[in-house]
Amino acid sequence: MTTAHNAPGAGGAHNAKVMNRFVLTKRLVSKLKHEEAVIGGIGNSNFDLWSAGRRPQNFYMLGSMGLAIPIALGVAIAQPKRHVVALEGDGSLLMQLGCLSTVAQQAPKNLTIVVWDNGIYQITGGQKTASAASADLVAIARGSGIAKSAWAADEDEFDRLFEDALQGGPSLIAARIDDKPGVGATDRDPVQIRERFMHGLGVRK
Amino acid sequence: MTDSGTQAAAWHDTVLASLKANDVKLAVYVPDRVLTPLIAGLHADSFFTCFACTREEEALGILSGAWMGGLRGAVLMQTSGFATIPNALASLVVPSQIPALIFVSERGTLGEFNLGQAMVLKTMRPVLDALAVDHHTITRGEELGFILDRSIKQAVAIQAPVVFILSPLLTGGKLFAA
Repeated sequence: MTTAHNAPGAGGAHNAKVMNRFVLTKRLVSKLKHEEAVIGGIGNSNFDLWSAGRRPQNFYMLGSMGLAIPIALGVAIAQPKRHVVALEGDGSLLMQLGCLSTVAQQAPKNLTIVVWDNGIYQITGGQKTASAASADLVAIARGSGIAKSAWAADEDEFDRLFEDALQGGPSLIAARIDDKPGVGATDRDPVQIRERFMHGLGVRK
Repeated sequence: MTDSGTQAAAWHDTVLASLKANDVKLAVYVPDRVLTPLIAGLHADSFFTCFACTREEEALGILSGAWMGGLRGAVLMQTSGFATIPNALASLVVPSQIPALIFVSERGTLGEFNLGQAMVLKTMRPVLDALAVDHHTITRGEELGFILDRSIKQAVAIQAPVVFILSPLLTGGKLFAA
């Protein structure tokens, strides 16, 4: 299916509606009914995840920009019966594009990647990313081998794509978002975050 | 094999056996010529989930996620790959207390022919020492199994990464193609 917002090539993103990360994060979290794991990428991706409501199955990254998807892949391999979601920003993904081809090659059915694309390195001062004008992250994901990759045209389609992703992946959903900062800020205690997450995944009793 | 069975096992067989004995089921690597027999052995053994990824820091992310999900993992790389991971070590693995098992095939010494490799090696141990990450340089096959077994158990017990630097004295290294 080739709709306007899914048209291949640079600029395909720009026909998608500009949405809000916190609004979409809340919608996403509301659809998690089976203790799915969620990895919040560095910065605003995990700030909004934190503010959408603490879940023991959430992991909040405090550094290591670009590694939300690899961390999610590791969880997905370790726990194949649990669905795992990675929330990553456009700048972070551009830093670690190779991980998309690794995901495609391993093809974990229980992995969903969500990319928030506002076309800027928001937390460092709003400098433009390559996705602002030229790079199409969905086209890159498809080219990397993740066939189930799509732009969400609007909030309703985001919901539908995410519900479908939870049925089986790997899949990638990209959402064009505004430049509003994250809501709140995650407590920055890496050991506590890791330990709570492991309890949430049933690894720690 | 001698009658007494005392002939030394190949280094890569010892590594594989140590991983297995310690229930390390995941192995992620960025390829290296010297590590080829170990990688082949890991692929050939269904006990292991073994695959290549595109960057060494990506491998550390995968290992961190796997550990948190209850699966022990090792990452294999060469010296130049190590130089790409200090940020992932300093901002993920070390502060989150992830017992990542990191195997580095040592380039840059004992017959190196590439100046770049030799320079990169000079950064490795100072970086590990600055981060207070345990590392062992393994030169002798007789010590390999003991070091791996004890150090893997220690890494898990104290929740800290450990680096095994596999010297050319152990592996034979990479020869200068004259």
